[in-house]
Amino acid sequence: MSGGTPIVKLTYREAVRDAIREAMYKDARVFLMGEDVGRYGGCFAVSKGLLQEFGPARIRDTPLSESAFVGAGIGAAMGGMRPIVEIMTVNFSLLAADQILNNAATMLHMSGGQFNIPLVIRMATGGGRQVAAQHSHCLEGWYAHIPGIKVVTPATIEDARGMLWTALEDPDPVLIFENNTLYNMEGELAADAQPVDINYARVRRPGRDISIITYSASLFKALEAAAVLAGDGIDAEVIDLRTLRPLDDKTFLTSVAKTHRAVIVDEGWRSGSIAAEISARIMERAFYELDCPVERICSAEVPLPYAKHLEQAALPQAETIVATVKRMVHSHG
Amino acid sequence: MSAEPTTPQAAIRLDRDHALHLLHEMVRIRRFEAKCAELYGAMKIRGFMHLYDGEEAVAVGVMQVLTPQDAIVATYREHGHALVRGISAGAIMAEMYGKQEGCARGRGGSMHLFDARTRFYGGNAIVGGGLPLAVGLALADHMQGKRQVTCCFFGDGAVAEGEFHESMNLAALWKVPVLFVCENNLYAMGTALQVAQSVTDLAHKAASYAMPAIPVDGMDVLAVETAAQTAAAAVRAGEGPYFLECRTYRFRAHSMFDAELYRSKAEVEEWKTRDPIATFAQRLKEQGLLNDADVASIEREVAREIDEAVAFAEAGTWEPVEDLMRFVYSERRTA
Repeated sequence: MSGGTPIVKLTYREAVRDAIREAMYKDARVFLMGEDVGRYGGCFAVSKGLLQEFGPARIRDTPLSESAFVGAGIGAAMGGMRPIVEIMTVNFSLLAADQILNNAATMLHMSGGQFNIPLVIRMATGGGRQVAAQHSHCLEGWYAHIPGIKVVTPATIEDARGMLWTALEDPDPVLIFENNTLYNMEGELAADAQPVDINYARVRRPGRDISIITYSASLFKALEAAAVLAGDGIDAEVIDLRTLRPLDDKTFLTSVAKTHRAVIVDEGWRSGSIAAEISARIMERAFYELDCPVERICSAEVPLPYAKHLEQAALPQAETIVATVKRMVHSHG
Repeated sequence: MSAEPTTPQAAIRLDRDHALHLLHEMVRIRRFEAKCAELYGAMKIRGFMHLYDGEEAVAVGVMQVLTPQDAIVATYREHGHALVRGISAGAIMAEMYGKQEGCARGRGGSMHLFDARTRFYGGNAIVGGGLPLAVGLALADHMQGKRQVTCCFFGDGAVAEGEFHESMNLAALWKVPVLFVCENNLYAMGTALQVAQSVTDLAHKAASYAMPAIPVDGMDVLAVETAAQTAAAAVRAGEGPYFLECRTYRFRAHSMFDAELYRSKAEVEEWKTRDPIATFAQRLKEQGLLNDADVASIEREVAREIDEAVAFAEAGTWEPVEDLMRFVYSERRTA
């Protein structure tokens, strides 16, 4: 940020809201629809005030019909609009899985390139709020399995603000996953913040000794761990993937070539996870760079429990990252 | 089924040209699909293929009332709809051959015919999966102030899906311009309507969502056209969605793998006495609008078109394997 640019303080929630508002002003084809986005102000208060600002035609409350309103978003996108569909949480997106997998992801290919779907779907994801097994899934890695869609996971205020417009300009469906523990996070941003790319990972903390590869809310646990590790003389590099499909291999492979160690921190379940995919890519393309086996810190393979101590035990934590990294560095020094 | 289908024939004043056109279109579908079945046997066409024999009056009747600006969403049993909408027989046949000259470059096959030029948004092979798309296409028209109709075809099987009910509600709630055309052929694959539905009067279900919904004799092309005319006019006038339940019957098996254990030959024969082509031709002859020379001329013209379509497909080319990964994402950057 240049010296003359005013800086504003805002929450992740406000950054998403500002992004929606800006998109609505910039492009008359953009509209928001989803459950409780209007009169209620959004389940996570992201769209609060937008109904009053833009009216019910462009801030559309929908019935609890995930399949119909996601499918309608796909149809509206083909019909010349630029819909932002909000699915309240990733758990409910499973009720629209047919539309996302069978239509949004396939239409361009099945039609031989004739019908692209310029659709953005936003949804809250992740555990950590004691809302138990049906409201705590972290399925962005699971969606990243599907060719034909893009999967982005803004962790920072800057990405929350800047990824939406880029996603809207994309000719193909983009799923934006907003970890529900981030909405209250405060940060600073240039008042004239610009759209950001949705193609590349970022090194959030440079380091020499190990690559901690992560995304979304786990980024902050990784950064917290890196700060602790620095006190013990371990210099960790922290990579924020930002986008899970397409996966930016180059950034993490370059990092591994430098640090020779890699641990992946992923809030998804371990088996068949995006962490497994990243680990495989490192084996395939950077095996001889490694000083020790790649490790993964994922959620325990259990439906997320309600009780706080059990839930926290199931999720990746900074302490686990610290302990894992120390073991990797010291036993394979 | 409770309500009797409407057959408002009195409303129709049929001229000879239009009558011949309707007959021609139905014969095109019937003969084209007979050729498809033959080519399937010859292993030129593979995968799943579903034929429309017996149901031709529905697609032909409804398509008469649509404009080039209107949009169509269809199912996996959509060869007839695609033909009548104006996708060339050659492009359809080439698609079924898997050739890159096909209307979806051979990426879709029989169940996924697409054509941007005629706003044909496919063959959807997930039962009920096309209905939300139709609501969205209509929503886009509605929000852009376009007086266009999105015509959505689906079968009786779709009525059992949640997507049907969600879409009916959303379309009626938002008053978007969709013409829903239920092709009720009495069987969802091999499951009879009365085995699957607590209420078999499907128009009644749609009516519960506060939209006009009428049963139509789907074996009578004029009844279908007349009902569709009224329905499309209402939709185009901004009155919201409209539902036609076209009661029809599929003469052939569900797909090429169906032993037809679930229905009797007698039932099929009974329905064949109501063959939409034979009965319409008979009626036209009785009214002096059709003679044997006309029939011969139609058959000749259709045979020529099909021969050309097959030749086009045969002469078509295979997309290079190097192109496999194309069309997963758009090749242009911005929307």
